[in-house]
Amino acid sequence: MSAAHIEVKGVSKVFGTSVVALQDINLDIPRGQFVCLLGPSGCGKSTLLNAIAGFSPPTSGSIIADGKAVADPGPERGMVFQEYALFPWMTVADNVAFGLEIKGMPKADIAATVDRLLKTLSLQDFRHRFPKDLSGGMRQRVAIARVLALDSPIMLMDEPFGALDALTRRDLQDELLRIWNEQKKTIIFVTHSIEEAIYLADRIVVMTYRPGTVKRDILVDLPRLRDPSAPEFNALKRELGQMVMEEQQRHHNDELRAAAVD
Amino acid sequence: MKTAWRDVGVGLLVPAALVLVWHVVTYQGWVNAQALPSPEAVARKWVEYLLPLQPYDGNGSWLVWAFSGELIHDAIGSMYRVLLGFAIGAGLALPLGLAMGASAHAYRLFNVLVQIVRPVPPIAYIPLSMLWFGLGNPPAIFLISLGAFFPVLINTIAGVRQVDGIYLRAARNLGASGPTMFLRVILPAAVPSILAGVRIGIGTAFIVVIVAEMVAVNNGLGFRISEAREYFWSDKIIAGMITIGLLGLAIDVAMDRLNNHLLRWHRGLES
Repeated sequence: MSAAHIEVKGVSKVFGTSVVALQDINLDIPRGQFVCLLGPSGCGKSTLLNAIAGFSPPTSGSIIADGKAVADPGPERGMVFQEYALFPWMTVADNVAFGLEIKGMPKADIAATVDRLLKTLSLQDFRHRFPKDLSGGMRQRVAIARVLALDSPIMLMDEPFGALDALTRRDLQDELLRIWNEQKKTIIFVTHSIEEAIYLADRIVVMTYRPGTVKRDILVDLPRLRDPSAPEFNALKRELGQMVMEEQQRHHNDELRAAAVD
Repeated sequence: MKTAWRDVGVGLLVPAALVLVWHVVTYQGWVNAQALPSPEAVARKWVEYLLPLQPYDGNGSWLVWAFSGELIHDAIGSMYRVLLGFAIGAGLALPLGLAMGASAHAYRLFNVLVQIVRPVPPIAYIPLSMLWFGLGNPPAIFLISLGAFFPVLINTIAGVRQVDGIYLRAARNLGASGPTMFLRVILPAAVPSILAGVRIGIGTAFIVVIVAEMVAVNNGLGFRISEAREYFWSDKIIAGMITIGLLGLAIDVAMDRLNNHLLRWHRGLES
């Protein structure tokens, strides 16, 4: 087994003829690492995540996960979406069970797994509800439970807490850290929140605005649970903030240029 | 529950006022009674139309006698045609719509034909349907099926084609493909649109049944009001029209119930 759980090798992605979303990205992600992809919108962080998930193959380069080249999306790389993507016609329990049914797990085992996961995410009182009757935070809990049910070693998260209020967000971040701590999954987490990245990650990959490249790749070695008001936390936040704002400024200038052309 | 009854009461105010105006206009003799009979005359006619023609003679089942009234026969005849025609039309439209929605190949194959045939109103098929099927139920059911077919087809295609990509992505991520993807994800996601088509389809079927009965059948509500015109029985025409309205309402309420049940998961539907 190679050291890297996920290998991104020379990945580029071009949309249409001219939009270079990703350019020659190289990342080795060891097993069990919690990685945040950080950058302003348009930096290609979601594009990279979608490529790793197998939704949209890179234009060139390759991605290897768990020793196998990524070709299609699949349950071995469970994804949590920003817009929850729960199936509204299924109850909470049915949403969590769906992936297991597809796997062909016996009914009794499915029931036991669903029970355990609903308990883990404090959803047991909501098992018969439909998603429309849940708050955003609760929906994202269900989405996380649905991916945990797959028991995949890799978990991909695309700005999962972006639409939540600050308190619910912190709550779910702590929940996620607890689960990660217990299960030691490899997590790739996309965010544009600098604080969220520092709070969660072992490693932060800052990306540049078009073309998307790796601007900085840093390890965060602050002890957990991290205190967002600690001086080290804030020093890192300032440093990362400058980098992200440079890219944000390029994004902004680009938009101004585009507007001037119109 | 109390508010529900109150709502019904409030809702009946305007119809009651209309009947009152109708009563006054006819009572005062402001219009020809032949053209517009009084509401009382219509009500009398409706009851007469509803009740059996002969008094109970003690032979046979009482129930059969009680339901031997002309109106009940007509209403059952019309409903039978609506339901059978709708079942045929929707039964053909649903699988074709699912295929056209799910497969680009099927869509390309059938779409041009559908787009050419669809704008022809079912009523325009009356002459042809009578040439092909003669008189009675067959041409009527053909026309009704046709009326139900296109709304269900178009909405089924749209429902399947417009399934939100996020559900497909999530399902693929969970490992779904083939029949599982279709039956557990695409089909349920398309149900709201399909039901909208079913609702329009059954409404169209109800319109077409009346027209079909006017020209091709010798019973049913459509036939009865057109027959009544020949005898200048305006009270019976209106009594028949009221029955048509009530049946249409009953269908709509039933559809509403079905919708609320099947779409209990759907946003914005609280019951």
